[in-house]
Formats: sequence, C-alpha cells, structure tokens
Amino acid sequence: MTEAFDYSLIDWSRAQFALTAMYHWIFVPLTLGLGFIMAIMETIYVRTGNPEWKRITKFWMTIFGINFAIGVATGIILEFEFGTNWSNYSWFVGDIFGAPLAIEGIMAFFLESTFIAVMFFGWNKVSKKFHLVSTWLVAFGASLSALWILVANAWMQLPVGMKFNPETARNEMHNFWDVLLSPMAVSKFTHTISSSYLLAAIVVIGISSWYLLRKRHIVFAKRSIVVAAVFGLITSIFTILTGDYSARVVAQNQPMKFAAFEGLYVGQTRAPLVAIGVMSTSPEDPDNENIKDFVFKIEIPNFLSYMAFQDINAFVPGIRDLMEGNEKYNILSAAEKIARGKLAIDALAEFKLAKEAQDQAKMDEARQILDENFQYFGYGYFVDDPSRLVPSVPITFYSFHIMVALGMWFMMFFAIVLLLVYKGKISQSKFWLTIGIVNIPLAYIASQSGWITAEMGRQPWVIQDLMPTMAAVSRLDTNAVITTFILFGVVFTTLLIAELKIMFKQIKIGPKQEGGH
Amino acid sequence: MFETFELYTLQQYWWIIISLLASLLVFLMFVQGGQTLIYQLGKTETERSLIINTLGRKWELTFTTLVTFGGAFFASFPLFYSTSFGGAYWVWMAILFAFVIQAISYEYRTKPANFLGRKTYEVFLFLNGLLGTILIGTAVGTFFNGANFSVDKMNLTNIYDSAISRWETPFHGLEAVLNIHNVALGLSVFFLARVLGILYIVNSVNEENILVRARRQMWNNAVPFLVFFLYFVIYLLLKQGFAVNPETGEIFMEKYKYLHNLLQMPVVLILFLAGVAGVLYGISSFLFCRSRKAIWFGGAGTVLAVFSLLLIAGLNSTAYYPSLHNLQHSLTIRNSSSSHYTLTAMSYVSLFVPVVIAYIYVAWKSINNKPIEKSDLDDDSSHIY
Ligand code: HDD
Ligand code: HEM
Ligand code: HEM
Repeated sequence: MTEAFDYSLIDWSRAQFALTAMYHWIFVPLTLGLGFIMAIMETIYVRTGNPEWKRITKFWMTIFGINFAIGVATGIILEFEFGTNWSNYSWFVGDIFGAPLAIEGIMAFFLESTFIAVMFFGWNKVSKKFHLVSTWLVAFGASLSALWILVANAWMQLPVGMKFNPETARNEMHNFWDVLLSPMAVSKFTHTISSSYLLAAIVVIGISSWYLLRKRHIVFAKRSIVVAAVFGLITSIFTILTGDYSARVVAQNQPMKFAAFEGLYVGQTRAPLVAIGVMSTSPEDPDNENIKDFVFKIEIPNFLSYMAFQDINAFVPGIRDLMEGNEKYNILSAAEKIARGKLAIDALAEFKLAKEAQDQAKMDEARQILDENFQYFGYGYFVDDPSRLVPSVPITFYSFHIMVALGMWFMMFFAIVLLLVYKGKISQSKFWLTIGIVNIPLAYIASQSGWITAEMGRQPWVIQDLMPTMAAVSRLDTNAVITTFILFGVVFTTLLIAELKIMFKQIKIGPKQEGGH
Repeated sequence: MFETFELYTLQQYWWIIISLLASLLVFLMFVQGGQTLIYQLGKTETERSLIINTLGRKWELTFTTLVTFGGAFFASFPLFYSTSFGGAYWVWMAILFAFVIQAISYEYRTKPANFLGRKTYEVFLFLNGLLGTILIGTAVGTFFNGANFSVDKMNLTNIYDSAISRWETPFHGLEAVLNIHNVALGLSVFFLARVLGILYIVNSVNEENILVRARRQMWNNAVPFLVFFLYFVIYLLLKQGFAVNPETGEIFMEKYKYLHNLLQMPVVLILFLAGVAGVLYGISSFLFCRSRKAIWFGGAGTVLAVFSLLLIAGLNSTAYYPSLHNLQHSLTIRNSSSSHYTLTAMSYVSLFVPVVIAYIYVAWKSINNKPIEKSDLDDDSSHIY
C-alpha cells in the first residue's frame, strides 16, 4: 500500500534487492573485464612463448578466481529473489523474463564454469592452444551471461515484444527478437560491458602502480600496465559513446528518469545541461519532497536538448510537465494517466466477471477498454498518492553526474598513462602511479552510481508504466524481510572482508617465480 | 518444428526437461554428500585435502545445474516460481544461504589471510551438504504432499492488496518439515548424496586409508538411505494423489494415483525400476566386490529413479504442486506454464543441451583422466584448494 512509506514491506524488499544487487555488482564487472585482459595476456604468451607472460597471466587468474567465487555466491541469491521477494512480478512478466534467465543458465553459465576448470586445472594437462581457447571462452561466457540478464533488465525499462493476456493476467511474449534487440537492450548491454572492461583496466593499472611504487615486479607491472592502458583507453571511449546513447534511449522512453538525471523541473526547448550542480536541501514544492532547486550550478547551454534528441530546439519535458501535463507538447498529466490506468485495471476485473458469467459481449467490451488503456496500467495503482510517481531526484542527479564525470576522467587518465609509457617515464612518475591506486575505488563508485542512476531513476516502476513496486512485492511479513535483509548484510559483508583480505594478501605475495598458482 | 506442437505437448516436454535437470542435480549432489564426510573419511590434513580437492573440481557443475534448474523452472512454469518461492520463503532462503556459503569455501579455505580460518570454511562445506540436501529433498516432498498456498490472479486488480499468490500459514514454508513424509524424502536425499559422495571419492582418489574407511561409511549411509527411501516410496504408492480432470481442469483426490501413474506409463515404471536397481547394484558392487567404478551405476540409477519420480508428479494429469488450502488452486503443468510462444522459443534453446553436455564431457575428460593422489597436492602448476 502507498502509506507507511518508511518501514513498509515494499521499502524493505527494495532495500534487500538493492543490497544484494549492489553486492553482486561489486564482483561482476571485474570478472567481465579481467577475463579479456587475461585472455589477451595469455595470447601474447602463446604467441611469444615468453614464460614471463605466463607468469603475468597466472597472477591475474588468481585474482580472477578469488573474485569469481564471491560473484557466484552473490549471484544465486538474485536469481531466486525474483521469486521470493517479487512474486507478483515473477508471474506478471515471467513469460518474457524467465526465458533470458533460462538461456543464461544453459548457454552462458555452463560455458563459463566448465572452461574455468580447464583454465585453472589444465595448465599441464591440455595443449597450449586448448588452454588459450578455454581462457577466451571463459571471457566470452562471462559477457554472454551479462547479455541475457541485461536483456531482461532492459525489458523492464522498456517493455516491448509482448501483449497482455487478460485470461492469464500476464504479459506474453510475441516477438523474441524485439525483446533481444530493443534499443534499451542494446544500450544496456554495450554500456554495461564496456564500463566493466574499463573498471578492470583501472584495477590492473592500480595494482601494477602499487608494485612500481614499491619497486617490485617491475617488468611484470610495466607489461600489465601497457595491456591494461590500451584496453582501457579503447573501452573508455566506447563507454562514453554508449553512455551517451543510453541517455538518448532513456530520454525517449523514460522521460521522468531523464528529467531526474538533470534535476529538470520545468521543461524547456534549448534546455541546458547542468554540468555541476548542488541541490538545495529544502523542498521547493511542499507537496513533493523530491522537487528541489539548485543552490549552485554550472550549465552548458542547449546541450541537454541536443543530447536527448540531437536537436537543440527539441523540448525536454521537466518533472512538472510530466506530473501536471503539457498540452502544447501533448504530454498527459499524471492524473489523466492514473485515471486511464484505473480504467484498465477495472476493465480487467470486469473481464474476469464477464468470463465467469460467460457473457461474450461484456467480455469484448472490457477487453477493448483494457487494450486502449493498457499502456497506463500501472498508473492505476497511484490513485491515492500521485507524488510517488517522482523518483528521488537528488539521488538520481548526483549518481548520474558522478558517473559521467568519472567516465571523462578515466579516459583522460588512460591517455596520460599511455603517454608516460610511450615516453618510458611511467615507473618514475610517482604522482600518476599514486593516482592509479586512488582510481580503483573511484571506478567502483562510478560503476555502482550507474546502477543507482538506472534503477533508482526508474522508481516507482518495476516495469515501466505497467507495474509499480507496490504491486510486485511478495506478500510477506515485513519482519521476515528485515530478518533476511540483516542476514544478507552480515553474511555478504563478512564474505567481502574475507575476499578483500585474501586479495590484498595475494597482491602482496605477487606473481610467483615459476609455474605456481 | 516446435511451433507446430500443441501447448500441452510443450508443457509435457518442459516438465520432462525440468525433471531431467532435477535428477541430474540430485546425482551431482554427491558433492554435497562428500562434503559431509570430509572428517569421517579423512583423518589427516593431507587426506582431507585430497577429498576436498577432488570434490572441489566438481562443485561448480552442481551449483550451475542448480542455477539453471531455477532459471528453467522460472521460464517454463512461472506460476510455481512466484507461488512457491514467494510463499515458502524460509525454506528457500535457508537453501540459498546454504549455497552461498559453499560458493566461496573451496577457493578461500587454504588461501593465506583468509579471515575466517580454514575450519570455518570446512564447517560451511558441511552445512551446505547437510542443509542443502535435506531441505531440497523436503521441498520436493511438497510436490506429493502439498503446501498451504492460494492463487488468485484477479487479485492484481485490487490496487491495495494485489498479491496473486499467498501463503496461508504464518510459517512460510517451515511447516513442510512437520510433515514426516516430506522429511523422509529429505533424509533419503541426504543419505543418497552421501552414498554417491563415497562412490565418487573412491573412484577419484588414490589413497588406501580413505578407501578402507569408505567401506565402513557405506554401511552407515546405505542402510538409512534404504530405510527412508523405501518408506517414502511405499507410502507414495499407497497414498491418495492429486489428480486433474483434463477436460475441466478440476482437481480431485484419486486413490493410488501415483501407483496408477506408474502403471499407466509403463516406460516410466521401467525407468524407475531400472533406476532403483542401478543404485542398489552400485552400492553392492562397491560393498561386496570393491568396485571403484560403482559411481557410474549409482549415478545413472539415481538419475533414472529421481527422473521417473518427478515425471509421475506432473504428467498423466497430476497436480504437481497441490494446494492444501484450496484443492482447486493446485498447480498443474497446464495452469502454471508459460505461453506457447515462449515455450516454443525455449524449446529451440533446449536443443543446445546436448552440445553443453558434450563440451562438459570433453573438457573434464581432458583434465581429469586419472584419480588424484598425494603427489598432485604438491603440483605447483595446478590450482589447489
Ligand atoms: C565504470 C563505470 C561507468 C562509467 C565510467 C560510466 N558509466 Fe554509465 N553506467 C554504468 C557504468 C559507467 C553502468 C553500471 O554499467 C550502468 C548502470 C545501468 C546500465 O545500463 O549501465 C550505467 C548507466 C548509465 C545510464 C543509465 C541507463 C539507464 O538508465 O537505463 C546513462 C544515461 C549512462 N550510464 C551514461 C553515461 C555517460 C554519458 C558516461 C560517461 C561519460 C558514463 N555513463 C560513464
Ligand atoms: C548487470 C547485471 C548483471 C551482470 C552483468 C551479471 C553477470 C554475471 C557474471 C559475469 C557472473 C559470473 C560470476 C561472477 O560474478 O564472477 C554472474 C553470476 C551470477 N549472476 Fe549475475 N549478473 C548481473 C546481475 C544479475 C542478476 C540481476 C541476477 C539474477 C537474476 C544474476 C544472477 C547470477 C547468478 C545466479 C550467478 C551465478 C552463476 C554461476 O553459477 O556461475 N546476476 N553474473
Ligand atoms: C548488478 C547490477 C545491478 C544493480 C547494482 C542494481 C541496483 C538496484 C537498486 C539500487 C535497486 C533498488 C531501487 C529502489 O528500490 O529504489 C534495484 C531494484 C531492482 N532491480 Fe536492480 N540493479 C542491478 C541489476 C539488475 C538487473 C540486471 C535486474 C533484472 C534483470 C534488476 C532488477 C531489479 C528489480 C526487480 C528491482 C526491485 C524492484 C525495484 O525496486 O524497482 N536489477 N536494483
């Protein structure tokens, strides 16, 4: 229900999902990126036959293994949490959503886990070539598993390729390819994996920088930096391009989220982009605590309109336009959408009654009303409290801006590192090596911020415009969810500490002299 | 090809796949069973390391099968996913926690600076073996004994309380352990996993001491397994079952339903008998002929027996997830499945399964063709847990 905002079942369920997803996401991007970095290094080893490269490869594989194990541990929870905590949602979208999950298991996870075994246990048992192929397959397997889960997530942001079936009260898939190739799926996948590759490059450079500062493993560290910096520069450019594309896809399909990105309340043509801004702490609109003004901002004129629609004269709707409506630009008010959503919901109930009464005429009538208004179905749940249609603007705004700023910064950083390498000065530049270490936590912050932007920005929707969180949640006792939330918090934090300690220790030990793992 | 099939055919096809995945999972739980025997079979640090390393090379396979089983069940019968997972919350959460602590244990146990200490990770492995097997078995027991839920899809139209599936007891699944028949199945799975664990270990470890202890342990586990298993099967064949009228979808109680299912589907009966025979042959060939290859019979037998038990839970007009709250709310493969389109699309994906099995086979063959020995633990070039 809409009241009892603070300690309600919904919020605890959201908190639990956020906690577990964000924990999973600490480990996943490194797996995704490091896989390819290892594969590139091993390829150099096989090409040159130089055992030094084998040593380098093996060291990064150790890091990979430690990180992978905990990625798996946190991943299994997420899969089942759809059922345990978002039970209604699992039914409402299971017909579309389940398939990517099943495909992920059959096609990606088995690939990854089988060849990881060859990668770790097979050094002296299989041929060099076969081993190399296995390492590449691990890297591809990881990215493939990201593909399917991201397709599923993209579908939640932009539900396409399906049709609602009132008989079963759920959405049914009509076109698999529409689901797989929707612009949202393309932007999600490309941006998420490229940013993960970037993160791994930052981590490799950071750890290597530490060795250089300590004057240990110099050759190893320099070589790792070269591979990572090249990989990082390419992927950071790709990250920015795909990020820009993501923003456009959001602007077109999730205008409320886009307005929240920019803290834009009143829509404009020639809208400026807020490059840096600080939000005021008190609400500007007493009815809605999320509507706040800026105390300070630096803007780039016209750029927002351009970014969203590639036309500086384009109108970018603000939160007020979306709530109150704007006739000039054909934007329905929230009240209107809520009314139409309620019509759809009531028509569904009507349909069911008519079906039980076997009254075909009534069924057809109800169905028509339902079809006409279905695109606003989810709004019908907000009759009592339309203000919840606005996501938290400050959180969305800040997380978005942090991510973008860091994205630009990382690209510059990779370029600088490459320049230093080219000039042969990398081991002496203490300053940049220190920055290299500082960058590691920043990369994780950027990455987590991205998901906070994407997921908090789409609140209150689990499925954009069709199903809000409050209609998705399992009917559990709030205390049960609080209990599991705490359990997850404790268990995952303990495991994270264990992971970090082991990781730091392995880094201290460094690459082994011969063979060894 | 699949698009020409009738919806009911696809539903049956997917029930068969789900059953197959589940039966492979039970077989692969030899990893879990083995984990509960580390201290009974290994008396020195080296012996324990041998056991853990041989199990550690297979744990991901079991884990991934569990994950895939979940994904495939979600995709093919989403109503089960939303009803059971969201309802029997505590049981599923306990199972999940049991697997979370397993996933890191192999990798972290012997690593320097591992924070919790070697022993803790060994305890994690033990808990995973104990809880994972018993709880999964108990949860599967509810396929035959029912659970306390209700389903009403039209709740979606109540904007203040829209949950479709509800659990009708405050215990959210924990009540399943109060049913002795569910627990009997849970315990059979536990002891079966241990039996298979022993057979796997004797097959893959070269160490005389372990082999000697394994024989003693086999008696300790094979006997309770047989007791619980026979108890469960006899009870199952004699009990009333949850039948569906295929025309109206109405659910009703039928005497000897599961026995009838076996008799009406003779192929399944043969599979079942072959499976039981395989397990028994595996156990006795190890006990009496000291065969170290018995895992193959035990494993194949397990797959066949579990597979056929699950088939009789869902096929032949049977409700596979009966509701004790309201019989008519019970889930059947007809009323809980995905749409024709989705089942068709996924059926194409299922054609990949043989490919997956083939590369798993090739990959394992290439790195695992001889049993592990003490000297392998010092081999610096490989990954040692
Ligand atoms: C190291 C990580 C990283 C970096 C440097 C960036 N991003 Fe990002 N971004 C992500 C990591 C990320 C992510 C974690 O991968 C997200 C979360 C959801 C998603 O699709 O990707 C994301 C989401 C995301 C979204 C939201 C998509 C949605 O709501 O569906 C937008 C608009 C951008 N990004 C845009 C950018 C731009 C313009 C960047 C640089 C100039 C940028 N990102 C750098
Ligand atoms: C951006 C989103 C996600 C990406 C890119 C992603 C990717 C991955 C990757 C690469 C792995 C391999 C293990 C590792 O982490 O190192 C993994 C594991 C896993 N992920 Fe995620 N994941 C994402 C979110 C999710 C979500 C939302 C779910 C729930 C459905 C999920 C379920 C799992 C599961 C079950 C595993 C364990 C698989 C195994 O046995 O190997 N992931 N994920
Ligand atoms: C691994 C990267 C991800 C992170 C860090 C992440 C983060 C979050 C966060 C912070 C929330 C809470 C939002 C809120 O309630 O205000 C959330 C909710 C949710 N996310 Fe994600 N997410 C990730 C990937 C995914 C993916 C890939 C899916 C689906 C395939 C997904 C599905 C959901 C669902 C169902 C909810 C709960 C409903 C809701 O609050 O909207 N997430 N996630």
